[in-house]
Amino acid sequence: MKDKPIRRKKVLDRYNRMGYLFCAPFVIVFLIFSVYPVLRTLYISFTDAKLTTLNSSFTGLSNYIRVINDKFFWKALGNTIRIWGVNIVLQLGLAFLLTIVFSDVKYKMRGLGIFRALYYLPNIIAATSIAFLFSTLLDWRYGTFNQIINMIYKLFGQSYNPIDWLGSSSTAGYVIAVISAWMWFGNSFIMLMAGVQGISKEYFESAAIDGANRWKIFGKITLPLLRPIMLYVTITSLIGGLQMFDLPYLMASKSSASYQSVQTVVMYLYKFGFETGTTQIGYASAIAYVLFLIILVCSLVQLKFLNKED
Amino acid sequence: MSTWDNIKKGILYFLLILLAVTCLIPFLLMMVNATRSGSEIVSSFTLIPSTHLKENWETVFSYFNLFKGMFNSVLVAVPATLLCAYFSSLTAYALAMYKFKGSKVLFYTILVFMMIPGQLSLIGFYNLCTSLHLVNSYIPLIIPAIASPGTVFFLRQYVLSTLPPELIEAARIDGASEVYSFHRIVIPIMSPGIATMSIGCFIGNWNSYLLPMIILNKNEKFTLPVMMATLKASTDINANQGAIYLAVAISVIPIIIVFCFCSKYIIGSISAGSVKG
Repeated sequence: MKDKPIRRKKVLDRYNRMGYLFCAPFVIVFLIFSVYPVLRTLYISFTDAKLTTLNSSFTGLSNYIRVINDKFFWKALGNTIRIWGVNIVLQLGLAFLLTIVFSDVKYKMRGLGIFRALYYLPNIIAATSIAFLFSTLLDWRYGTFNQIINMIYKLFGQSYNPIDWLGSSSTAGYVIAVISAWMWFGNSFIMLMAGVQGISKEYFESAAIDGANRWKIFGKITLPLLRPIMLYVTITSLIGGLQMFDLPYLMASKSSASYQSVQTVVMYLYKFGFETGTTQIGYASAIAYVLFLIILVCSLVQLKFLNKED
Repeated sequence: MSTWDNIKKGILYFLLILLAVTCLIPFLLMMVNATRSGSEIVSSFTLIPSTHLKENWETVFSYFNLFKGMFNSVLVAVPATLLCAYFSSLTAYALAMYKFKGSKVLFYTILVFMMIPGQLSLIGFYNLCTSLHLVNSYIPLIIPAIASPGTVFFLRQYVLSTLPPELIEAARIDGASEVYSFHRIVIPIMSPGIATMSIGCFIGNWNSYLLPMIILNKNEKFTLPVMMATLKASTDINANQGAIYLAVAISVIPIIIVFCFCSKYIIGSISAGSVKG
């Protein structure tokens, strides 16, 4: 009798050892293709490597000092945050309004399934296709968008001086922000709505019995319970938004006046990492790590806020 | 409900439909313009299709073979999705069910790497691929799918909430090996969760642009998004907007078809992510 627990433990150990086998493929690939590149990039960021790491020498923190003093880097960061900021206000505002409409206890709006699917549709299309679709629709002279505005102007007997939406630096950033919001508001709406549906129905029912009107229910129950999800959506969007690349890269041409106003951090990184003529992989790696630090700070802020909520 | 309420409700429906139209109209304009000639598009705007689909088609395919790009995308996205689904389930199951030394460390590493942006390691990743002679190969686009921290994290939670450990214990008593139990018991039970993650993984791989652009530099290897991006540099095709619309339409239609069949799973995966978060 005495040795039974020990034997049982031994048997369990035999099973538990299978864990190593099951995790092995993940761990091997993870070490090669995830961990190593991260460390490799860190190493390169301390060197003056240009095209390859051949013949490069260790230069300490000089790449990082250069990033800090690089006004084009800060301009790119500013562009990224500005485009993301306009986008998140539109995206979350719209998603929030839709959540209010669909969670209204009195109106009980129908068709959530189909509306949700339609609002989400732009999100699954490749950004490359979206970029060309809108570059063509927004073309200054021949684009359908300006043609429609022109028609409306004509209806009122006015003349319309076509705006170069993507070419002028005062509009290009906003256009890209609006397109991002158009791509992502459905996603945010689904997340917020999932949060509302996660709230127990009993809350709403007992509040209704107590005679609370719908604005009170909204303000006292729905909104407070949605706050953590709104924060989660915002921070995930910020982390993704700081890495924005596809849309601005494909929609702004290098020769146009707007390029400097929509160049994002990852576009700037790409310029030094991969574009022929400007390749300085040491410097590009340092840009990547500075961007990472900024994202890390954002994530930590998120964790702090989320812990407060509990 | 009063009449006034009904009117307000009607207005709300109208606004909701208007927003849905805003989501669809760019695609509708794309389809219509794909059938019109360059000079028609330049001169006026209409929603009535024209008759120039064939010419536009010829212009597009004289510039590049989009079906080749689509084929290449399938060649990358399908194996990557299968590997991601299988190995993520395997790892997730191991992390949830077995207690072994290092499992905690692995789990926390996964959590940390979920927060590390992919762009961070781009230079190191490319550097690794050059030294392994993997440039212009699909291996760096497919094999890393075996280690997808986000998918493992989601599936681990899924195992913990849906798979009763007693089931595995019963199978052990019946003499089933661990590998057998995993394939015959665990995978069927996890399949809704696996399906949800796989669709997300497939769409992500199908739409991926930056990484394939960096790894692939031979035309015949280009995936669909990389091929589409070459439109930027072309001046001959830019002269004919109808051809551009058609090219975009061809690139978009497969994923819209996938969406029509799978939208439930896709939306389910986002909802799940938000409640977990």
